[in-house]
Amino acid sequence: MHRVYHRIERIAGNVITVQATGVTYRELAQVTSGQGVSLAQVIRIEGGRVDLQVFAGSRGISTDSQIRFLGHTMQVPFSESLMGRIFTGSGVPRDKGPAIHENLIEIGGPSVNPAKRIIPRNMVRTGIPMIDVFNTLVESQKLPIFSVAGEPYNPLLARIALQAEVDLIILGGMGLKHDDYLFFRDTLEKEGALSRSILFIHTAADPTVECLLVPDICLAVAEQFALQKKRVLVLLTDMTNFADSMKEIAITMEQIPSNRGYPGDLYSQLAARYEKAVDFDTAGSITVLAATTMPGDDVTHPVPDNTGYITEGQFYLRNGRIEPFGSLSRLKQLVNSKTREDHRTIMNTMIQLYASYKETLEKQSMGFRMSAWDRNLLKYGERFEAEMMDLRVNIPLEQALDLGWQILADCFSPEETGIPSKLTRKFWPKRTTAA
Amino acid sequence: MSENIGRIVGVNGNLLTVEFEKPVVQNEVAYAALGESRLKAEVIRVRGRYAELQVFEDTTGLKEGDRVDFTGELLSVELGPGLLTQIFDGLQNPLPKLAEECGFFLQRGRYLEALPREAKWAFTPAAKAGQTVTAGETIGSVPEGIFQHRIMVPFGLRGQLTVDGVAAAGAYTVDGVVAKLRDADGVVHEVRLMQRWPVKIPIRAYAERLRPTEPLATKVRIVDTFFPVARGGTYCIPGPFGAGKTVLQQITSRYADVDIVIVAACGERAGEVVETLREFPALTDPRTGKSLMERTLIICNTSSMPVAAREASVYTAVTIAEYYRQMGLNVLLLADSTSRWAQALREMSGRLEEIPGEEAFPAYLESVIASFYERGGIVKLKDGSLGSVTIGGTVSPAGGNFEEPVTQSTLKVVGAFHGLSRERSDQRRYPAIHPLESWSKYEGVVPSEQVALARRMLIQGNDVNQMMKVVGEEGTSIDDFTVYLKAEYVDAVYLQQDAYHAVDAATPADRQTYVFGRIVKILKTKMAFESKDAARKFFQHLTQATKDWNRAEQTSEEFGALEARIEKMVAEVTDYA
Repeated sequence: MHRVYHRIERIAGNVITVQATGVTYRELAQVTSGQGVSLAQVIRIEGGRVDLQVFAGSRGISTDSQIRFLGHTMQVPFSESLMGRIFTGSGVPRDKGPAIHENLIEIGGPSVNPAKRIIPRNMVRTGIPMIDVFNTLVESQKLPIFSVAGEPYNPLLARIALQAEVDLIILGGMGLKHDDYLFFRDTLEKEGALSRSILFIHTAADPTVECLLVPDICLAVAEQFALQKKRVLVLLTDMTNFADSMKEIAITMEQIPSNRGYPGDLYSQLAARYEKAVDFDTAGSITVLAATTMPGDDVTHPVPDNTGYITEGQFYLRNGRIEPFGSLSRLKQLVNSKTREDHRTIMNTMIQLYASYKETLEKQSMGFRMSAWDRNLLKYGERFEAEMMDLRVNIPLEQALDLGWQILADCFSPEETGIPSKLTRKFWPKRTTAA
Repeated sequence: MSENIGRIVGVNGNLLTVEFEKPVVQNEVAYAALGESRLKAEVIRVRGRYAELQVFEDTTGLKEGDRVDFTGELLSVELGPGLLTQIFDGLQNPLPKLAEECGFFLQRGRYLEALPREAKWAFTPAAKAGQTVTAGETIGSVPEGIFQHRIMVPFGLRGQLTVDGVAAAGAYTVDGVVAKLRDADGVVHEVRLMQRWPVKIPIRAYAERLRPTEPLATKVRIVDTFFPVARGGTYCIPGPFGAGKTVLQQITSRYADVDIVIVAACGERAGEVVETLREFPALTDPRTGKSLMERTLIICNTSSMPVAAREASVYTAVTIAEYYRQMGLNVLLLADSTSRWAQALREMSGRLEEIPGEEAFPAYLESVIASFYERGGIVKLKDGSLGSVTIGGTVSPAGGNFEEPVTQSTLKVVGAFHGLSRERSDQRRYPAIHPLESWSKYEGVVPSEQVALARRMLIQGNDVNQMMKVVGEEGTSIDDFTVYLKAEYVDAVYLQQDAYHAVDAATPADRQTYVFGRIVKILKTKMAFESKDAARKFFQHLTQATKDWNRAEQTSEEFGALEARIEKMVAEVTDYA
């Protein structure tokens, strides 16, 4: 019962309009034109007219191109044989391997019943003190990395992918530079992680609409693996490109833009993706880390802003370091009480003192006299930046906490830190004398 | 009842255009047929032969010509015993039951009854045959957990009614008829344990509305002392992301001094609801000694659930809150976040191609927000007892900028404003309510002249701090510097509170009065220091001691010992000159 149509009424942007009946909302169609064959999806039905968004773009489509409705929505294969493979945004192999057609699943499925979720309980160790100590990553967390273009967010993602203890890594690239795609592929391969990875890559040269499919495909596959008790880490880079593709389609569809041209449902659309992060009570989990570039380093830009409200915290990447201010892991409180009793105190105290250091730095730059307290802070700040914040530091959590006490003891007396007396008695390094 | 059927002619996202023949009602519920299942929808605009419907589900798979059944009824909720402790979605479907039937995922077109139909409730009659009653008056009661759940004359009945008969004491299901009432026209109405009420219409079956005056203790010091909330009042918490809106709401839902807490998680993260629903059953309510869950009800329409139901969820929540208020209870409704609800309005408005207002929000945003907050209030019921609905809503302003339409519309109608600040949350000063920008129109738990003194100190301290940034510490007099340190001290030991510490997390009203009195005394004390470094050192010690004091149980020996220590410390630097 495949229905074929030949008369396209309107072509605008990547959207084509055709008179058709019996078409269901979000159904897929195959468009055959001089440029080859592309998939397209129904995005509006109105009084007999059907709007379709063409995945490969509308360039080269003629008004008599053939449109064949397929009677189903977007699907993706799911099986163990996906492991180690690389695909495009619409699920076509990008490596030289065979196409996979088995066990098709629908993408963009319904959301998880909140009653079936559980409170996240497992820390994901990364070996990066700025994450492990100060903003602990938790299994099933959804967390963006906010940065400006040019920051090493992709290497950071790759490093977390390699060091995190998970069963499976799914990488979704959106508008990725070809070099970056090769970087991810080679890094994963070199470290022997490619065999437990699946890559869905849309590069900057590919059609825009395919970019929209990447998160949905990645998460649909991740969901199936999670249901099979796998702990899945989904890396998405870069979500701003995804939002920009949405903007492009919305404008083509003549929707009223809400903020800087983005559609009014930007929040809901992003949330529908991020909320796929889950810890199932009797199965596996999905953890989502997503790079989000901030145009003009502006966190109030609609994409990072809406993202921030959806995700459970955020990492700010600035000057090649994870900024302690603004960076936050909303879920850290769920796990950092179980690591070591001094974890939270070290976390809070060191950040508070670092904030004071920043103030002192400002005073210093204005040429004010430095008090004894200021001098201690300056000493502290420098050590904190060199020994904790530097992304090259790679030590386990416990060692990082001990290092924290050492830095504090080298710079301050116990009272100056404001740490509860109970803890200083136990953890304050004995051999040093207070400054 | 004759069938009223329409046919789909257009699908655009969750907006359907439906051609109809028989009359339709604005805001009535309709069902769109999708294979075997039916998708719930609401009529939101009628134009000529076409009705536009917002569907409360994903519309994938609907097509032109599909059938739509109009029901003629407005979107309503079930009100009766068995609501408490439940977790509903925005349309009042019980989520745990849905999980039993459908597994991990929410399935489209599955609608379950909100109240369990088999459960029996022990009814005790209160009204007598021959008595005259009006809507909202009590017929009898059933025990529901820790409460006496009143069975009331249905709120929709008008005028005086005569009680024809009341059922004997005994066990009834929610469908069981417990009384028969005769109205002025002689029509007999049956009263069941359960009644239905349309969510967008406020329940008005009370004697009169009163002005909120009595403070509602949330046990958050900065709120109760500086920016108090009143029973029956309204307040809002706007703040940028990551500033701690949700944590503040969670703390309030735990410790607030009210009978019932309704949490409306509207378009926010599912994870946060999960924390509440997994943790509350294990926590005990200090007021009753029972599980906290017994006084809690969760309406949960998280961000990835369908958008249209998000709008319904706040109304569902406030209607249930009003229902319990009718029993003479104090209800606190926490809506997180009203911005998501406003965005849901914006999405629909966009699909309807209405002329957009500021930031593409619809022009009616302000009146919709105002009428929602106006559903809060303290009322005198017909039997003379008092009941209240207090509404606290978070606002998630785009870019953390309070000038945006949702925050501004909200500020016009609420009685207290707890503005969260990015600056304070970056400094890890929690709760990050800004002490200089926030305000409240209600009376607090401590004497107002003490609060005024502390506020003055905070303002002066801030001024000195600003000045110091220009002229440096050496250009500041030691007196000004002491003022600055005192302000920082109040901030550190009173405004900031450790939400994760067993004792410090909740400070009851009497402890606040006591501790704040002490602190104000310290603020008033004239102090003499040799140098600024000495002054700073003293306040560092004092802050640490006072923080330890905050962490001590009020009844413990440690509490007294620490207090004595603090007094001794202050005495040592007091300038008696």
